Amino acid sequence: MTNKTVLHAKHLASGAKMVDFYGWEMPINYGSQIEEHHAVRTNAGMFDVSHMTIVDVQGTDAKSYLRRLVINDVAKLTVPGKALYTGMLNEAGGVIDDLIIYFFSDTNYRLVVNSATREKDLAWMTKQATGFDITITERPEFGMIAVQGPEAIAKVGTLLSAEESAAVEGMKPFFGVQVGDLFIATTGYTGENGYEIIIPENAAEDLWQKLLDAGVAPCGLGARDTLRLEAGMNLYGLDMDETVSPIAANMAWTISWEPTDRDFIGRDVLTAQKAAGDQPKLVGLVLEEKGVLRTAQKVITEAGEGIITSGTFSPTLGHSVALARVPRSVKVGDVVEVEMRKKLVKVTVTKPSFVRNGKKVF
Amino acid sequence: MSNIPSELKYATSHEWVRLESDGTATIGITEHAQDLLGDMVFVELPDVDDSISVGDDVAVAESVKAASDIYAPVSGTVIEINEELEDAPELLNSDAFGGGWLFKVKLDDASELENLLDAEGYKNSIDAD
Repeated sequence: MTNKTVLHAKHLASGAKMVDFYGWEMPINYGSQIEEHHAVRTNAGMFDVSHMTIVDVQGTDAKSYLRRLVINDVAKLTVPGKALYTGMLNEAGGVIDDLIIYFFSDTNYRLVVNSATREKDLAWMTKQATGFDITITERPEFGMIAVQGPEAIAKVGTLLSAEESAAVEGMKPFFGVQVGDLFIATTGYTGENGYEIIIPENAAEDLWQKLLDAGVAPCGLGARDTLRLEAGMNLYGLDMDETVSPIAANMAWTISWEPTDRDFIGRDVLTAQKAAGDQPKLVGLVLEEKGVLRTAQKVITEAGEGIITSGTFSPTLGHSVALARVPRSVKVGDVVEVEMRKKLVKVTVTKPSFVRNGKKVF
Repeated sequence: MSNIPSELKYATSHEWVRLESDGTATIGITEHAQDLLGDMVFVELPDVDDSISVGDDVAVAESVKAASDIYAPVSGTVIEINEELEDAPELLNSDAFGGGWLFKVKLDDASELENLLDAEGYKNSIDAD
């Protein structure tokens, strides 16, 4: 059974090439994924992300439940609408999923998790809810549209009501606000400014069409992948999974170690890993010559072998970049080798981030 | 459905061959092939004067999605390569049967062309995929 989002017909009308994405029939491109990529870096593009899973966690114990469930500390969230990126671990310290949590109050949070991991996420969250006074409610009745790019906020602005404009006026990055039927958040997966808009299904097609008419380019999963990789953002299933520690996936910054008495799932394992200092790490790789680095290619360093977790051609930079998991002693600036199509090529190690706000950042 | 010009010959591995009036052959990949690969980012071509045989992997078309070997559909000597592809690999996407040609060959044996598919045969082979 293939799922279709509420915007399926709009994709076909725009000439989308559709592919199966973990049980969802989604647009891979509308002609050229490179042109779509450039639209987001230089102007504005939009993505149908209605397949993503929205889960509301509400109740007296919502805060204490989430403080146990995820590695970041939701107690840091005190301003309504503030969002937090973090990971949910199993008992062995492996990443079950990465997610964004929006804070509305100590008894009301919204989580957005990956669609590919929907079932196991919900099962895990339900299992961990034992003993907590909370409700976990999936919200499949919404569509979600990400509008991204330097002109995204201005273009969306032309479509908002006075009330909606007032609500998002001056909103900082990583915030969300519910205004009327819309939930508008300054989040995204591209390294550009923009909004992610959660909207009732019956209004989604109309908003999509208005954005098209405002000159926002429809963009598929192909461009979404090159944009997120340039921005150094992890993709679950490639850059990390249940066998990988957040420390080995450039997610250590999402772990709140303080206060030390917060007993989050996986804490003991992470503490031991941190003390041992032996976890590999996620770095960036840059290939200046011809060729494209690809997932699963072997990385050879003086400190031992590593592996490319995701690689692509970077349309913004004009050459290939990759995220790779390598021994911890490998340093930024090192030249290492990648085994690529029967030959070894030299690549330079960088921080795992390549492009932000249209500009090279390494 | 992709365009499949009737005057060309085809290999099941998605190369096309055009016999020129001077007896040389021009080689490229089909519109269907570029559609499968998506946006092209690099093309590696053989060198002029290379001697090639049917089935050799002589070139690589690399798209954002994947790298794909291109096999020699005929035997002979490479006499010209499409140098425009160095800066404009997207010609393979926009004009697969024209400006996106890859290289030209002086044929060893023109009768080899008879082993290739005509347009209808190629259409049947991709319909069967």
